[in-house]
Amino acid sequence: MRNLNRLTAQAMVDAFSSGKMTSVQATEAALDRIAQVDGAVHAFLHVDAEGALEAAEAVDKDRAAGKSLPLLAGVPVAVKDVLVTKGLPTTAGSRILEGWMPPYDATVVERLKAARMPIIGKTNMDEFAMGSSTEHSGYGPTHNPWDLDRIPGGSGGGSAASLAAFEVPLAIGSDTGGSIRQPAAVTGTVGVKPTYGAVSRYGVIALASSLDQVGPCARTVHDAALLHEVIAGHDPRDATSLPEAVPPVVTAANRGRQDGLEGVRVGVIKELTGEGFQSGVRQRFEEAIHQLSSLGAKVTEVSCPSFAYALAAYYLILPSEASSNLAKYDSVRFGLRVDDGGTIERVMGATRAAGFGDEVKRRIILGTYALSAGYYDAYYGSAQKVRTLIQRDFGEAFGAVDVLVSPTCPTTAFRLGEQVDDPLTMYLNDIATIPANLAGIPGMSLPIGLAPEDGLPVGLQILAPARVDDRLYRVGAALEGALVDVWAGTLLTQAPPLEGVPV
Amino acid sequence: MSATTDSYEEVLERFDPVFGIEVHVELNTQTKLFCGCANGFGAEPNTQVCPVCLGLPGSLPVTNAKAVESAIRLGLALGCSIRESSRFARKNYFYPDLAKDYQISQYDEPTCYDGAIDVILGDGTTVTIGIERAHIEEDAGKNTHVGGTGGIQGADYSLVDYNRGGVPLVEIVTKPVTGMGLRTAEVARAYVATIRDIVKALGISDGRMEQGSLRADVNLSLRPQAGPGGDQNEIPFGKRSETKNVNSLRAIEKAIHFEVARQGALLSAGKAVTQETRHWHEDTNSTTPGRSKEEADDYRYFPEPDLMPVEPTEEWIEELRATLPEHPGVIRARLQAEWGFADLEMRDVVAADAVGIIEDTVAAGASPQAARKWWMGELARIANETGTDLADLPVTPEDVAELQDLVASGALNDKLARQALAGTLAGEGSPRAVAEARGLAIVSDGAALESAVDAALASQPDVLAKIQDGKVQAAGAIVGAVMKATGGQADAALVRAIILRRAGVEG
Ligand SMILES: [Zn+2]
Repeated sequence: MRNLNRLTAQAMVDAFSSGKMTSVQATEAALDRIAQVDGAVHAFLHVDAEGALEAAEAVDKDRAAGKSLPLLAGVPVAVKDVLVTKGLPTTAGSRILEGWMPPYDATVVERLKAARMPIIGKTNMDEFAMGSSTEHSGYGPTHNPWDLDRIPGGSGGGSAASLAAFEVPLAIGSDTGGSIRQPAAVTGTVGVKPTYGAVSRYGVIALASSLDQVGPCARTVHDAALLHEVIAGHDPRDATSLPEAVPPVVTAANRGRQDGLEGVRVGVIKELTGEGFQSGVRQRFEEAIHQLSSLGAKVTEVSCPSFAYALAAYYLILPSEASSNLAKYDSVRFGLRVDDGGTIERVMGATRAAGFGDEVKRRIILGTYALSAGYYDAYYGSAQKVRTLIQRDFGEAFGAVDVLVSPTCPTTAFRLGEQVDDPLTMYLNDIATIPANLAGIPGMSLPIGLAPEDGLPVGLQILAPARVDDRLYRVGAALEGALVDVWAGTLLTQAPPLEGVPV
Repeated sequence: MSATTDSYEEVLERFDPVFGIEVHVELNTQTKLFCGCANGFGAEPNTQVCPVCLGLPGSLPVTNAKAVESAIRLGLALGCSIRESSRFARKNYFYPDLAKDYQISQYDEPTCYDGAIDVILGDGTTVTIGIERAHIEEDAGKNTHVGGTGGIQGADYSLVDYNRGGVPLVEIVTKPVTGMGLRTAEVARAYVATIRDIVKALGISDGRMEQGSLRADVNLSLRPQAGPGGDQNEIPFGKRSETKNVNSLRAIEKAIHFEVARQGALLSAGKAVTQETRHWHEDTNSTTPGRSKEEADDYRYFPEPDLMPVEPTEEWIEELRATLPEHPGVIRARLQAEWGFADLEMRDVVAADAVGIIEDTVAAGASPQAARKWWMGELARIANETGTDLADLPVTPEDVAELQDLVASGALNDKLARQALAGTLAGEGSPRAVAEARGLAIVSDGAALESAVDAALASQPDVLAKIQDGKVQAAGAIVGAVMKATGGQADAALVRAIILRRAGVEG
């Protein structure tokens, strides 16, 4: 088979079972592609060729011996560097964790291993998942495969770029305010933030504990559903983990592709269209709405007035929790230590000054201030009230419609360096994605075309009520199917070849 | 502290003391509060640790249901209300022994709140102490500073043992206790003893202050007496000191004495008391200033997002209520009847905090009166001389029962038994082991005793004549001489019989 690296996960599964391809071949194809293009893309912080090939060989051996294997056995996967991996370096994109070797696996990593998926490596990210461009990585930025001068989104730019650059068919991301969905949108890939608690956070380096959620990244909705079913499910090691069974997301995706959306009520969020959104983004979004209608969906407009306060609330809750979560990076037990021979306070201070980047420091200071005596009620307390109001808005909206839709982000990928010194503009990238995190509901981003003015991917966001993640997949797969028919292939087939690299 | 010139009694003629006590109870659950590590004392450093209690990146806490159960039972025993929904909170501060650099505790929503407990004093008086709250929290690890003064400042280096990190604690906070006058120190001590008795009776902690499984901080302030016709309640509390880690019952009493005298002297001299944390010094029975509360940390409490609220059902609470043991006062009355102690005897036992010890000694096989005799006699004298509590003496109830068994079986007499006990206290082993090692045994070898008696009679010929005249009590002098000659090891009854036989008199 040719161009193995362009196969979807489902196509690999089919090729494995028909004997046309082995897992070692798929893994080698991924490693070769990384060797070819990752110098330009920099999606990976660490590649584990040896471990991945070992896992692939074991799968091939068991398959040859006729043993029964999990569905995705042998399909290579990349893991965002925010999940701890036993014996593989884990940095969360921060210099403060440089050289740290975790002694344990995150639950999600355990599940990938149990599913017999070779872990190709760890993907780049904004430091501690703080950022929307992956430029805030302590190890240099990741480049968008559509245009290497542009950002791949963030914080999970590495995972999204690894898919768009055809390095791996599947990747794991984490989403605190849009870190799976926004990179998916600007790279023309699919990303899902499941319901809060659907996927274990055990072993996920915490940014904001009440917002963080791990999810699947893929090139198609169906592939995302396959990976979703591997990683989701109750984990007794995470007290916020949901107890119930995983919704049937693969079945839902298949149903959406086959049966369309007859009778499905779709709400367009009034507050997340129009002003502030790039014209090409609006145009593709409107076309996608027409597609949804022609698939049988009943589209109406709904209003969520409290969304106006979402960004402000988010930038109080997130830094507050982060300031506490990041206290442990104190040089005592692991990671960087800058020791000038002074007191423990000085060593802690010098280590944190040297190990954390500017964006991390900015948010720690903000959060420390917001939680301080005398300010707590005005800041953290008020933000929690906004959170309740946003949940109420969603509750009312989902009384009238089955899913909500909006553009995933206001613009297509901006240029590297363009917003580095302008944090407030950078924060606006997440304006459409943040409400889902504040309310704990699931969201998906999928590609809906290229903006005419810059030729860059545009994403559509679908939101569903908590615990019914399957609805995202039904609607997403239906829309994707219709668009792929129009495009005669996935959007990524339109991506330009990477410079100097034959595709 | 040159200011401590006024005595406790003098100060309390002019001031009303107000105290509060925070007791930390280490729960004896099998595992830690938020992870599966063993909760045990005395293991090699950093062997009872995991990613969770080491605060490694990515790790998450999961609440130990058994710890919550213990906390609720304790709360119920303290007469507290149990909150329908209580939350954990993060208390943020940087310190090397705090793995996550925040402590998971409870803040504005403690599991147990608003209770009261009766404390019975030595003379039988009952005092009711209000309980503000009892909340669940995790313990920190333990720092050891090597070199320099032994403090964190100036040490050559410091070692941290995280075995204790994440061990479950319940912190019990009293409401302010006022109007106890001269009995303030006694009440404070009796309160902590009652808490200890309750946690032991509940079986949720071994309550051993000397091992740190029960630790107390004592807050104390003084306010002027209202005087005749005045309303004491209208007089505001003074600035308080918080004396940390007062870790024996005796030290509770001493620390209150010291703080009353110290603060009284300051106030009498027209000086202000500083609101501050103070350290207790066991060797000098005094406190010295720690951190001033003026520069107090802001702990930036907020609800712990990694944990769900604690929401015990009504049914579960009632089930737990049914498992509560009797109040220590009720237990005391029952034991007094069982042991047949007179009121005065029991009062002394209570005052010496020896009820539990005597109970354990009786359980180990001694008669109640014998147990009382040892603990309230010889051992109380030694505890008093060495300035320790009975419970902290290096002798167990089992040792005392064994000692009494040696006496009852005739292997040792009282004098030899005291020597064996001294050996046990000196760390030489159990009384039986000491007796064997030191060769302590009553000499009842007839021939040896007969020659000793003959020697004594020969040196005091007039005594023999007195006995033969019917003054049998004169034999005591010969018994004494024989005991002296045998180093106290002679069987006194046998010696006496030999003397009477020699004198031709029937005993
Ligand atoms: Zn542990």
